[in-house]
Amino acid sequence: MFAFGPSDYSAIFVSVKVAVVATLISLPLAFTVAYCMTFKRFKGMLVLDVLVNLPLTLPPVVIGYLLLMLLGQNGWIGTWLLQPLGIRIIFTWKAAVIATMVVGFPLMVRAIRTNMEAIDRRLVDASRLLGAGCLDSIFTIIVPLCFRGLIAGSLLMFARGLGEFGATIIVAGNIPGVTQTIPLAIYDYVSSPNREVMAMALCCVSITISVVVLIVHEWLGKRMGRRA
Amino acid sequence: MELRVEASKHLGTFDLNVDFTITGSRAGVFGPSGSGKSTLLSLIAGLIVPDRGFINLDGKMLFDSSHSVHVMPENRRIGMISQQSQLFPHLSVHKNLLYGYKRCDAAYRKITPDAVIEVLQIGPLLTRGVNNLSGGEKQRVAIGRAILSNPRLLLMDEPLSALDDDLKFQIISYLKDTCEVFNIPYIFISHALLEMRVMTDRVLKLADGCAHELVTAEELARGSMKDSGSYTNLLHLSEPQCEGDVHAYSWGDRQLFVADSGTPPVMLFELSSRDVILFKRHPEVISARNVFKATVVNAFDMGVRVGVELQCGTEKLVAEVTKKAANQMEIHEGTEIYAAIKALSFKPLH
Repeated sequence: MFAFGPSDYSAIFVSVKVAVVATLISLPLAFTVAYCMTFKRFKGMLVLDVLVNLPLTLPPVVIGYLLLMLLGQNGWIGTWLLQPLGIRIIFTWKAAVIATMVVGFPLMVRAIRTNMEAIDRRLVDASRLLGAGCLDSIFTIIVPLCFRGLIAGSLLMFARGLGEFGATIIVAGNIPGVTQTIPLAIYDYVSSPNREVMAMALCCVSITISVVVLIVHEWLGKRMGRRA
Repeated sequence: MELRVEASKHLGTFDLNVDFTITGSRAGVFGPSGSGKSTLLSLIAGLIVPDRGFINLDGKMLFDSSHSVHVMPENRRIGMISQQSQLFPHLSVHKNLLYGYKRCDAAYRKITPDAVIEVLQIGPLLTRGVNNLSGGEKQRVAIGRAILSNPRLLLMDEPLSALDDDLKFQIISYLKDTCEVFNIPYIFISHALLEMRVMTDRVLKLADGCAHELVTAEELARGSMKDSGSYTNLLHLSEPQCEGDVHAYSWGDRQLFVADSGTPPVMLFELSSRDVILFKRHPEVISARNVFKATVVNAFDMGVRVGVELQCGTEKLVAEVTKKAANQMEIHEGTEIYAAIKALSFKPLH
């Protein structure tokens, strides 16, 4: 048998917290980027497309290292912005959130964009001619019509957040009770002799969380389908 | 309504260059596919920004490139009804109807939902989702939604082309009724001559992105005779009375007999110029139920045939004969002849 210790509960809590916060912060950003890429035509569209999708092709460790270079005490953002404001990000759970956001962002944008591209632009035009301003049209037409994409994108980001390892271990470290997430704790147990049972127990927790999220996703999808 | 447009727009390989003034409450834009009709409406609505020029509606400048004026679509108070109803699929019929009404400034809210629902007979549809409506129902809701936004001008971009013939004239009736009842001027776009004649008084002819001329709907029909090879008479009949297998209608100071088509009597009929037979003398015995004396007011060239405009009491009718027949019958202005029309030749429209 096994019994979870405080560090195990902390790992579960940090994992869920990092995934939820990363998803919530990324959602409006990803929606805005997907909106611009779908409905706007501007110079630099290709550059934005490449930048958004780059984390998909880069190894997570490379992303983690680049984030360390940016946000570290001697990094570009760290030196000029974070240090003067007295903000410390590296080796905190916030760093894990940033790592998750960067790695999961392209997945979220793609899911939203795929749904957004299916929206008939004439519906948006119709709403404008009926007196809706740009923001009004976004919130009353585009958001409801790409709601499935928002749910799917959130699910992908959350799942990526739960499973994030490479970038997180570089920028947030593996500090039990502080930045250790489920994958990092499993890594620790697997690296230690005779702790396979604990590793398997945490795997079960991870699977359970994923199943619950998938069920919620399906339920929301069907509900939206019925409403449509 | 007075709409003054002088604008140009380059879109890929297509160039639109227009300079015209439309007045009146029942205007139309007629032209073949690809002539720029929809682009022109998008410019007027503000969905496409012209490269240069100006658009002025009833004295208010909607766009003026020289003074950097561009009123956003939501502030123009111009409604649009399109080929596809473009109802919002995530909203019920009721919420679709009220979408523009809620966003309309209270000072302009002259048309109320109850009045529109009554005129369009869409009361039973209100709680339904728009995906559960038929094509005709969708278009009626789209008309209601556009009218309820209380527009000062309504643009209709081929609103009938996705509907079958029976439905088409039902919707035409709703379109005409609502615009008349609520006094909304409109610009109707179509490449169908018949629709244009029923819906409009003045028509702007558009071809290859250029506005050619402004004509009456009747002039447009006459002008298209050489291309189409025939002319369609539109007859507004009244006071139907059933007489066996035919209905007797009043037509000016005359009576016309129309075969019973098994449907409720309608008032608008289509009659091809080819279905009017001309006689020098009264034919005495003939199967056609309608034989009457008429005077030729105009005989005009229709390419290989001759169009004969007849004065039949207070009404006019156009017949079509070959040049040889016209010569033999000595048809010219003032000739008195007899016209015969079979009761089965009338095609009921609405």
